[in-house]
Amino acid sequence: MKDTGQNTAFVEFKSVQKSYDGVSLVVKDLNLAIKKGEFLTMLGPSGSGKTTCLMMLAGFETATNGEILLDGRPINQVPPHKRGIGMVFQNYALFPHMTVGENLAFPLEVRGMGKSEREEKINRALDMVQMGDFSHRRPAQLSGGQQQRIALARALVFDPAVVLMDEPLGALDKQLREHMQYEIKHLHNSLGISVVYVTHDQGEALTMSDRIAVFDDGRIQQLASPQELYERPQNSFVAGFIGENNRIMGTLVSVKGDHARVKLQTGEVITAAAVNVTTPGQQTMVSVRPERATILTNGDQDDLQTLDAEVIEVVYMGDLFRTVLKVAGNENFVVKTRNTTGQNLLTPGQKVKIGWVASDARALDP
Amino acid sequence: MTHADQPDQGQEPELLRTADGLLLQTALNRVSRRAKIKAFLLVLPLLAFILVSFVAPIGQMLLRSVNNDQFYSNMPELTLWFADKEFGVEPDEMAFTALAADLTFAAKERTAGSVGTRVNYDLPGSRSLFTSAARKAKGLNPPFKDAFIKINKDWVDPELWAAMHAASATYTSSFYLAAVDRKRDTDGSIIQVDENRRIYVQLFWRTLWLSGLIAVLCLLLGFPVAHLLATLPMRKASLLMILVLLPFWTSLLVRTTAWMVILQGQGVFNNILVSLGIVADDNRFELMYNQTGSIVAMTHILLPFMILPLYSVMRTIPPSYARAARSLGATSWTTFRRIYLPQTIPGIGAGGLLVFILAVGYYITPALVGGASGQLISNQIAFHMQDSLNWSMASALAAILLAAVLVLYWLYDRLIGIDNMKLG
Repeated sequence: MKDTGQNTAFVEFKSVQKSYDGVSLVVKDLNLAIKKGEFLTMLGPSGSGKTTCLMMLAGFETATNGEILLDGRPINQVPPHKRGIGMVFQNYALFPHMTVGENLAFPLEVRGMGKSEREEKINRALDMVQMGDFSHRRPAQLSGGQQQRIALARALVFDPAVVLMDEPLGALDKQLREHMQYEIKHLHNSLGISVVYVTHDQGEALTMSDRIAVFDDGRIQQLASPQELYERPQNSFVAGFIGENNRIMGTLVSVKGDHARVKLQTGEVITAAAVNVTTPGQQTMVSVRPERATILTNGDQDDLQTLDAEVIEVVYMGDLFRTVLKVAGNENFVVKTRNTTGQNLLTPGQKVKIGWVASDARALDP
Repeated sequence: MTHADQPDQGQEPELLRTADGLLLQTALNRVSRRAKIKAFLLVLPLLAFILVSFVAPIGQMLLRSVNNDQFYSNMPELTLWFADKEFGVEPDEMAFTALAADLTFAAKERTAGSVGTRVNYDLPGSRSLFTSAARKAKGLNPPFKDAFIKINKDWVDPELWAAMHAASATYTSSFYLAAVDRKRDTDGSIIQVDENRRIYVQLFWRTLWLSGLIAVLCLLLGFPVAHLLATLPMRKASLLMILVLLPFWTSLLVRTTAWMVILQGQGVFNNILVSLGIVADDNRFELMYNQTGSIVAMTHILLPFMILPLYSVMRTIPPSYARAARSLGATSWTTFRRIYLPQTIPGIGAGGLLVFILAVGYYITPALVGGASGQLISNQIAFHMQDSLNWSMASALAAILLAAVLVLYWLYDRLIGIDNMKLG
């Protein structure tokens, strides 16, 4: 995105390419500017190049081509230990032969810091992650969540300007993971550091980030705020990767301004927001979020785009009903409705109509 | 007194019973006994094999190092005379009478040689005294002391009588004393043997020192290889592993002989140096039949024993530790010293101990390439087993070696902890 001006960029990737084997590119022409104090998440499926980008930033991989700037300074030739970048690893990488205190002292010792100053910083960092009493424990005596906190404290104890996190919550169970997401976010807010966070968990990315870079096939597919990303995916990959999505296939009839007319496989013509479709006659995928579609049990509603549907399955999920319908040839069209009082339960085989606001449907390249 | 309503006042808790009224503990024992017996039966053949082939012979050999039957079983009268005498008592006529009787008996039984051999251990050169006296014993007449002096005046040598006195005991420490270059003086006190006869203590120290040196050399050479093995991609690592294991599968004798071919004066190594003009033809390096030969060949042969434990430990150290240390600001040297090295200590300990203990007992290689200065204590043990046939001496030397190794093992356990050892 162009809106991050050159002068505010703290970390910057300029036309960075990376190849391991000299045959194929793992990272293809990456341009990315991260602002000071920003929480940026690199999100993507495994093999999409996101971890490679992180490793290039940390200095464990060298860019095959292009430049990486840290605070305006090119760091391609700077060895990892001189970059001053904190890092949290997926398996925590706490040194098993040292106590928690010694683990935290390590980055300070190698910087030649005096003992009293060290103690002070270690205590501050441990308090920050609510682990003040654990200084003399060994990592093996801690639970996964506690180890995670210590790894976080260790990456922060030497006051780095940037902290990299490589799927740091991947090994935790769901509840603890959600809890830690908020804690990391709060730490980020209170410390004002820049965080580059790598994950393949879109929920995690949406909760924590200021901006998300969605990676696929070595390229950033979309770089935007969580809301923007969810509401207005720029292509079918992003639409499919972030959140749940219903796809209806069709051909483009016409584009007028923001609106596109799409002829579905079953013959109906609907209106949708035109995103990256231009040529009439081209294959088009219309994407609708499950929570934006409504099931209409009593006839059409004028302000909505409506289609005929047949109920296939209703799944009770507690707070939600997840209804699977057959819509315009798609037998896996999902609609999520809130579990409200006096809800009419649908039965499989029932003919209904579904509708959505035309701008909630997005016409994308297939 | 037990009350069901007062369970927390120090009485024994009520014993749990199974549904049919058996004590739970009894029931559990009954079930597990069967499994235990089964497991024991499975290892029984091995246990029997080890008892017969390992424990019993070793026990018997160790017994030999203190057992002393060669003298007392053949010289009963003299042994009886020694029994109530103190060390250094001058032999009286009674003693010589007993000696004459014993030697007459020994001559008949043809055991004088064996007795002489036994005394000869402590007092070299005395064997012939016994064999020659035994031949004449039958014709001796009282007073026996003068008669013996007539045969050889060495028969009144106090050292001889001290040696015989020492040899007459049922159990003796004289082999252990000899193994540490000590002997009993005529008055029974322990003194060092003559300087030109002191060999064992020096040999023990040399064995320990060379073994230690070889372990250190193996560590220095093996550490990078093990690291490479642990970090290379799978295909290259397995190729390298084969290179490490190949010598392992080759006969020890072949490898030792190969070193002889390479290192000897007219060998490959010297020839190359001479042909390159680095060394003059008449000034070739002496790399064989000395300590250098022993060190080089043994280091090479024992190297896999260092590499394999190191490799198995290094393989389990994830690379993220080193990365974490680097990202925290450590140079690569600091990362190695403070993060990587401490985590390889179980492997260093295991490999070092393994190489050291194997080297301490090494025999064939130093015998072939060691020359005089490269001999180890095991070569002396072999000498006493095969050439001098002084098995008691061999046992004493071996027992001391075993004790030394056990002490070192104990030290290792105290310093590093045996639980930390990883043998792969």
